Amino acid sequence: MEAYISLFVKAVFIENLALSFFLGMCTFIAVSKKIATAMGLGVAVLVVQAITVPANNMVYHTLLKEDALSWMGIKGVDLSFLALLSCIGMIAALVQILEMILDKFFPALYHALGVFLPLITVNCAILGGSLFMIERDYNFGESVTYGIGSGLGWALAITLMAGIREKLKYSDIPAGLQGLGITFITAGLMSLGFMAFSGIQL
Amino acid sequence: MSAVLNDETKKVLTTPLVNDNPITLQVLGICSALAVTSQMSTSLIMALALTMVTAFSSAAISAIRNHIPSSIRIIVQMTIIASLVIVVDQFLKAFAYEISKQLSVFVGLIITNCIVMGRAEGYAMKNPPLESFMDGIGNGLGYSLILIIVAFFRETLGSGKLLGFEVFKLAKDGGWYDPNGLMLLPPSAFFIIGLIIWGVRQWKPNQVEKVEFKIMPIAHGEGGHH
Repeated sequence: MEAYISLFVKAVFIENLALSFFLGMCTFIAVSKKIATAMGLGVAVLVVQAITVPANNMVYHTLLKEDALSWMGIKGVDLSFLALLSCIGMIAALVQILEMILDKFFPALYHALGVFLPLITVNCAILGGSLFMIERDYNFGESVTYGIGSGLGWALAITLMAGIREKLKYSDIPAGLQGLGITFITAGLMSLGFMAFSGIQL
Repeated sequence: MSAVLNDETKKVLTTPLVNDNPITLQVLGICSALAVTSQMSTSLIMALALTMVTAFSSAAISAIRNHIPSSIRIIVQMTIIASLVIVVDQFLKAFAYEISKQLSVFVGLIITNCIVMGRAEGYAMKNPPLESFMDGIGNGLGYSLILIIVAFFRETLGSGKLLGFEVFKLAKDGGWYDPNGLMLLPPSAFFIIGLIIWGVRQWKPNQVEKVEFKIMPIAHGEGGHH
């Protein structure tokens, strides 16, 4: 149990996908102007991440890994080079299914998240999460923890960023630094802040 | 060459360098630009890989653009891009294993790099293959330019080396330069890109974003005459 809590804290704070691996930066910069929308996107990422990382973990361990097909009586086959293709396909399909389910059963939630869901397919935080899961060879339990943790970390980072940007519009910024420039510098300072968590061990 | 490099080709090759740079103006493909730039060697490989993938995927998508039903075009584009990235990934693992280990997941993340998708969707779907190929190369070069500038500052200031060769003699080896450790850490990449954007926009003021909220100048009272 302790290992899982440690992994969770690590995924949320220390190895924050947005601020220490720069994943999902495009949407992180583009959709962080208002707290409400940022939080909506954050929740959507959290949900998708929590579903796709374990799903990709299952596919990888039962079909693609070296000798993974031995349950079918096929030995010595290593399909792990297909991981990239299967991960992105899985993510695209799951996002599509999620969109349809939300539309059918939770229309209110669909309208809140709807615009963000298609964006999420090409959000590198999602694919990055799955690829890290493969690279670090997590088992199923760890992949569930990592999926939720890293999604939460990303949601936290984008919400904080939006909070800062909402306040930032009251400040007098040099013309050339307006908009994108100051956003990068803010993100740098936030990332500096998150580095204070590094070294925490549970 | 003059037959190949007509005006359109020249335009798509050069505008992405400064005037319409994918990173500093279109805000695309930032993730990897920040993550791999602590060393020049990884940045160069990454820049090359992305340029290749963008160019060939644009050409391939453009070649079949009239046969893709528009409702499934994203999936088709994704599959083409993912297949090309797998080729690049396997190639790196075979011939540059050390660097592919350092780049870790970021080669795979070229799939979701918005530059590739953005060019496929924004240019290749409407233009013939050769122009799309050149457009891919041009945008790849714009991306490479920023990557190389960022990596140059991060590696020289952070470890006193460039591509592994000594530039500044470090204090611990009896030289004079005390390396700035911050340059090797994630935040410095944000700062450097922020400053590059500032620089480019001072140079080309038409790229400056409109202010959406302006503070009224403070009204001076009776004693406020200067």
